[in-house]
Amino acid sequence: MTTTFSRRHFLQTAAASAGALLVVGFDTRGALAMTAQSGGNFTPFVKIYPDGTVAAIIKHFEGGQGTATGLSALIAEEMNMTLQDITFETAPADNARYANLFFGAQGTGGSSAIANSFMQYRTAAAATREMLVGAAAQTWEVPFDTLSLKDGVISGAGQSGTISEFVEAASAMDVPAEPRLKDPSEWRVIGVDQKARLDTPAKINGSAKFSMDVQLENQMVVSIKRSPQLGGTVASFDDSAAREVPGFIMAIQMPNNKGVMAYAETTWAAFQARDAIEVEWDGSAAETRSTDALKAELLAMVNAAPEFRASETDLATSSAAIDAAARIIERDFYFPLLAHAPMETMGATIEPLANGGVMLHDGAQSPAAGHAVLSQVLELPMEKVQVNTMYAGGFFGRRSTPDADYLVELALAFVVTDRTRPVKLQWSREDDITGGYYRPAYAHKVRIGLDDDGNILGWDHRIAGQSIFKGTSFDAFMVKNGVDNTSVEGVRENPYQLPLHHIGLTDQDGPTTPNWWRSVGHSHTAYVMECMMDLCAGAAEKDPVEFRLGYLSGDGADQSRLAGVIRLAAEKAGWGQPLPEGHYHGFAAHKSFGSYVAEVCEISTETDGTVTIEKFTAAVDCGIAVTPDVIRAQIEGGIGYGIGHVMRAELTLEGGVVDQSNFHDYETLRIYDLSHIETHIVASSAPPTGVGEPGTPPAGPALANAIAASGAPLVTHLPMTANGVNFS
Amino acid sequence: MTISLNLNGKTHSVEADPDTPLLWVIRDELKFTGTKYGCGIAQCGACTVHIDGAAVRSCQVAVGDIEGASVTTIEAVSGPEAEAVKQAWQELDVVQCGFCQSGQIMQAVDLLAQHPTPSDDVIDTVMGGNACRCATYTRIRAAIHHAADILEA
Repeated sequence: MTTTFSRRHFLQTAAASAGALLVVGFDTRGALAMTAQSGGNFTPFVKIYPDGTVAAIIKHFEGGQGTATGLSALIAEEMNMTLQDITFETAPADNARYANLFFGAQGTGGSSAIANSFMQYRTAAAATREMLVGAAAQTWEVPFDTLSLKDGVISGAGQSGTISEFVEAASAMDVPAEPRLKDPSEWRVIGVDQKARLDTPAKINGSAKFSMDVQLENQMVVSIKRSPQLGGTVASFDDSAAREVPGFIMAIQMPNNKGVMAYAETTWAAFQARDAIEVEWDGSAAETRSTDALKAELLAMVNAAPEFRASETDLATSSAAIDAAARIIERDFYFPLLAHAPMETMGATIEPLANGGVMLHDGAQSPAAGHAVLSQVLELPMEKVQVNTMYAGGFFGRRSTPDADYLVELALAFVVTDRTRPVKLQWSREDDITGGYYRPAYAHKVRIGLDDDGNILGWDHRIAGQSIFKGTSFDAFMVKNGVDNTSVEGVRENPYQLPLHHIGLTDQDGPTTPNWWRSVGHSHTAYVMECMMDLCAGAAEKDPVEFRLGYLSGDGADQSRLAGVIRLAAEKAGWGQPLPEGHYHGFAAHKSFGSYVAEVCEISTETDGTVTIEKFTAAVDCGIAVTPDVIRAQIEGGIGYGIGHVMRAELTLEGGVVDQSNFHDYETLRIYDLSHIETHIVASSAPPTGVGEPGTPPAGPALANAIAASGAPLVTHLPMTANGVNFS
Repeated sequence: MTISLNLNGKTHSVEADPDTPLLWVIRDELKFTGTKYGCGIAQCGACTVHIDGAAVRSCQVAVGDIEGASVTTIEAVSGPEAEAVKQAWQELDVVQCGFCQSGQIMQAVDLLAQHPTPSDDVIDTVMGGNACRCATYTRIRAAIHHAADILEA
């Protein structure tokens, strides 16, 4: 992944849209439509209202990760105003203007929002600033350099005026080819440690609107009855009991036969009607396997010759060195299927518009996907499909899937109607947990050879699991020589300089629709790497932190930055210092999505071995820290997501049917599981990288290593509670 | 049937089956969408409202059972505890996705009304039923302590 920013691309985009948008506006519903008298868009990313209010147009949805605040901070900085004074609006669907510069399409993922936008948003706002100041200079007939913009006021040369006075004149100016960006020494927003999330007020008074909150006049709510057996299809159905449900409208078999859609006046009626529909399922193409058998298959795969090689070093060379070593350490690992289970279950609404088009109301992780799906399924030209991107109640990757699942369902639910009423699709929690869109299960097998002094001589690492990207439209980008990079990322390109490191991969024909899940491949690879580093350190009779640093002695940025967070986390946690009786530390560090995170987990144990997680101490190097407190929050949340799942979460299948259905048996982290997290951010002038995911990978292994430090066996098969660990 | 419901200080007449969970009447009939659906089985707390001042999972209350009771949602919760909790949530930037936070706040307001200076154990017990998949728990804990300080001051 590259962070190189194409200036030319920006300017073309900006030139195409600046000014022109001033008169046409971009929201066909009229709410935001503007005229030259009422305000202006100077670039796709900045809007100025007649009263001088500045709005950042955010191209990445806000699903809790703090993007709205982060992107607004970039605009506020170059508009030379405070975060408290700026507001934000979500961008419409428009790949030309709002593409994620790493993806080439509009969408959020890979912890890339700030990284791909950092130069783009600052440049956009700096251009806006120069146009406004330029317009003032022309009006007052004074040199440009004598004026400056601060807090919405342009002043200098004995003159002063608010930006709203110059919106119209500025909009007629050329977009500056190379606006001057503020020097970091002038920054008053970027890097300022403040609690100023822009979405906090709406989220503490109930006014924030999520997809689930859409309440349109005359809308129908659809709930879908899907096959309990993954992949089953409808043979026939009987809706006679559903007809008794007050508010029931109709039941229709999905055009793709994947379920029966219950339409009702309210969500509750739709759920009730859905439950009352009797379906005879065709299971001829459905999943029939159980996770016990699938797990056994994965473990057999990693104990056999791998299907693909993902390393320079081949198996024979690595194995020869290991076989000849003084000591060999080997472990296998198992990672179960996991649901993302964001608090807001999937759903979205299609609203028919007077012009024959539609508006999609969605917490859109990928507006481009919704835009394209609706255009195709409803056979509407792209310009007749609008997207209103709303708040998302968490996502962790779930609101975007390779097959755009819930958006396709919604489009099908709408297309079979007479298209006069809005249609809202709503998943229940049971739909979410049993829905089949999961982090695939993986097994790893690692064999490491050590010499008499505890130095690693060879590392054979085999992974088996279901590929996330094979067979999707991203196949060409993500799969090379048979290896889906997301199956091996974190083992491959790990900053540790390991000798004779062989990486083998075997694909499993898995049971689910695989989906990226917060930190994707790193969600399992970091666990294995960091547990094995601890085992090696133990065998070498070396301190785990010192042992890790020994493999990061190179001059590369990867090595020095990972070593930097390792040292910082160790120092802040008091690593190596005496702990209270019955308390233990565990360490883990990992690079993902360009960011480096080290975490120390402190646990205490009771005499019967019951584990209490006392504290996490984290250090993160994510380059320039744009909004430090948002970074801290993401590391906190990432740690919670990481440990929450390794502790208790697992989905199992019996005959292709998911055993779990809701939070009572797909257990989530609770407030009593974790009381204290301390996050330290490395000061850096490197380009910013993401924080939404990188906090998650080290959390599980830090906990596992702490438990092992207490004298209990290292937990290699997850979740921990199913493998001998009790938590208080 | 027609049910009379006192919500946020106003009496509403609702056409609903008396077995309908209060949650869905609040959201789909009365359009107060600050109260959220998260699980439907009292496992997550996202639907927490106050009935006569006490925190209750609205997904488990049949609307036909609460005639005459006074229901308050996040949109209208008020009083010293509510003000302190909201101030603390704001000052500590507790929220991430925010979807569970209405329920967290409603539960925390009730907690502080019962326990003006709660211990961590009390917080664990009372807030343990409110799930947050973003794991804002450490900030929720800190914010409850902060709100207790605000109330004491």
